[in-house]
Amino acid sequence: MNIPNGLFYTKEHEWVKIDGDIGTVGITDYAQHALGDVTFVELPKTGIVVKQFQGLATIESVKAASDIFSPVSGKILEVNSKVENTPALINQTCYQDGWIAKIKIKDRSETNNLMDAAAYKKFAEGLGE
Amino acid sequence: MPQKAAHRPILFRPGVDNMETVTTLKNTPLLSEHVSLAAKMAPFAGWIMPIQYEGIIAETLYTRRAVTCFDICHMGEFIIRGDHKRSNLDKIVSGRIDNLGVGCCRYSSILNEYGGVIDDLIVYRKAIDEWMIVVNAATIEKDKKHFLKHLSGDADLKDISDTIGKIDLQGPLSREILKTVAPGAVGLNYYTFIETDILGEKNIVSRTGYTGELGFELYASVDKIKAVWKKLLSDKRVKPAGLGARDVLRLEMGYSLYGQDIDEETSPLEAGLEKFLDFSKDFIGKKALVEQKKTGLKRNRVFFKTLSRRSPRHNYKIITNGKESGIVTSGSFSPHIECGIGMGFTPSPLPIGQNIVVGDGTLKIEAVTCDKPFVKNTSIKK
Repeated sequence: MNIPNGLFYTKEHEWVKIDGDIGTVGITDYAQHALGDVTFVELPKTGIVVKQFQGLATIESVKAASDIFSPVSGKILEVNSKVENTPALINQTCYQDGWIAKIKIKDRSETNNLMDAAAYKKFAEGLGE
Repeated sequence: MPQKAAHRPILFRPGVDNMETVTTLKNTPLLSEHVSLAAKMAPFAGWIMPIQYEGIIAETLYTRRAVTCFDICHMGEFIIRGDHKRSNLDKIVSGRIDNLGVGCCRYSSILNEYGGVIDDLIVYRKAIDEWMIVVNAATIEKDKKHFLKHLSGDADLKDISDTIGKIDLQGPLSREILKTVAPGAVGLNYYTFIETDILGEKNIVSRTGYTGELGFELYASVDKIKAVWKKLLSDKRVKPAGLGARDVLRLEMGYSLYGQDIDEETSPLEAGLEKFLDFSKDFIGKKALVEQKKTGLKRNRVFFKTLSRRSPRHNYKIITNGKESGIVTSGSFSPHIECGIGMGFTPSPLPIGQNIVVGDGTLKIEAVTCDKPFVKNTSIKK
């Protein structure tokens, strides 16, 4: 299971990479593997404001539809329209080209509610896969 | 804000979810093979089954393009000995079997007295008075009860489900691959079978399947089935496929899945399966169906595709002319036509080409009714 260092993780298997006051968000390797082939992504609109752990996007795989929650609060600056046309990017490169949205972070201290790579690794391994 | 997805729990986490069921799940004789192939396993019909290996989309595409094999050991098999009339088998099975030739098989169903589907199945005529009935895994026990209740004293039923395994070999290259495993079966016509040598064991190969492609179902004893699986996969043209791909493939053909598209509350008339019934004979459930025909059907089968990559899902509502009018029974993404596909029931029959909406709560997906199969010109009868 690929869990890069330097990112923050949620229990719902989203990641956020923090760069100044901008957070890039996606789903983890565990999540993409568990979902299977991603067939559709509904992205949020840029400019809207999301809250930590609230709905950010919807991802559909062959078997199911699932919500993606935002790891941080803030305003959506940019979305990755590439995954709309090529949803498989989320399976192939979930930490790179398969990112979902960039968020202008409102409160850096929210990362206290998230896990670092080591903690997430322990958490995900505890789930049995 | 994005629309909220209808179904939240998605990830089956082995060891965490469904703990109670996990402890009672059955394993097929091929479990160790699936583990060594790193399959994603999940519970299905009381069994722990491979859902996917490489990926559902890749396996689905490869089945229609080349050839795959599926572990279908979970399904049930009964051997019934007896004359079809004197045994009452003719009454229990809703379709015509009296004219079924020895070595031929036929898709059919067993119904309750209200015309609801107890199970759909395939009847194999092994000899004039010997039959093999292949049933769904989840329904083995209730099917057996139903047969035993209605079979006459002249008949004998043996449940061989636990001693026999089955592998489905499906795809345009399947006949080519069969040459090395069961050469005696390569000449089979559609919906016929032969008892032939399969790697040194005499067992059944039938030209049947659930994918809509040229394909064969290979039966073997639970001791032999692993050797058959390994031999098939030793040919690099063959890839394993899981139940995920099997579900997409069958839905692309518009085939019903028992427990989802049809059940004891569904009549075969509603489900669009009338052509498999024989109204010229007496069968259990016939009276109710004749009555349904007279009074009109409460529900009608509808097939549709979405106008996007969004997939309909089981239990989504169908909205026609702004009104909630029906329910989705099966839905998926079709990798072959690259849109969502589904089937369901609506109170009135809908013409082909009608715009509908499927969804749940705030989720609304535009779709259009269509004919089945969704994927045409397959290799099934080649």
